[in-house]
Amino acid sequence: MAHEGRGGCGDYASYVDCAEAVRQLYVYLDGELTDDRRLEIAAHLDECGPCAAAAGFEAELRAVISSRCKDRVPDSLIARVASAIAAEEACRGSGPAPSSASA
Amino acid sequence: MADRARFAEQAMEHMTALYSAALRMTRNPADAEDLVQETYLRAYRSFDSFTEGTNLKAWLYRILTNTYINSYRAAKRRPEVSDVEDVEDLYLYHRLSPAQGFGRSAEEEALAGFTDEEVKEAIEALPEAFRIAVLLADVEGFSYKEIAEITEVPIGTVMSRIHRGRRALQKTLAGFAQSRGLVAAGPAKAP
Repeated sequence: MAHEGRGGCGDYASYVDCAEAVRQLYVYLDGELTDDRRLEIAAHLDECGPCAAAAGFEAELRAVISSRCKDRVPDSLIARVASAIAAEEACRGSGPAPSSASA
Repeated sequence: MADRARFAEQAMEHMTALYSAALRMTRNPADAEDLVQETYLRAYRSFDSFTEGTNLKAWLYRILTNTYINSYRAAKRRPEVSDVEDVEDLYLYHRLSPAQGFGRSAEEEALAGFTDEEVKEAIEALPEAFRIAVLLADVEGFSYKEIAEITEVPIGTVMSRIHRGRRALQKTLAGFAQSRGLVAAGPAKAP
């Protein structure tokens, strides 16, 4: 099937056309393709400026999404969890001793 | 078999990541705190079933996800949309205005301009199954196989959820870019 990438990229000599490269892009960026498949997509991106630009955008967007999703843990939560675990440990203290019980 | 006495020193360092995920799942700080506490308690109680040397973070996420789905969400009785409208690949990229020559392109402007609140809102707007898959892949960086184990669904389903979820996420982000005048008028650029 004939397919033109953005900016008009035809099918280059590689085995992968633009439509196929775009379809495989997420799996490629996720590092989840087989070695052969990864090399084929990489070869297409090397040859095709429009697809390489799209891939670059998707990769940057991924980094932006990850970096914008940080939240600060409230100190009160750290304390709550620590004391909940301590209470649980105290309950278990009457049971079999853990193998490396603290003094 | 892991030693319960060493639980805290190994598990507490993952709280920042778990809390962020809990916030995206519950969309509410008070509920997220409860979910994280419940996760740590359950993890502590079953820590002897954790195999030392395997992926502790993935193990904790599995407990977090299970706790959220089985107890927390059930208690809320929130009707969950189970599907997303599927949009095409490169949805956002294709809608950003083409470069005008000089200065930053719309692509650069859009990427630099998305705020924390917008990205969080876009993720939280996804239906649950897609939200969890995208969160685990794109925010936490888990592999497809790890996500399949954490969410207990086949890898093919994981891939479908991640990919469709990402495209749906892009549609929401495109709305934010549009409000900044970064989306070209008229039909999208040629795919």
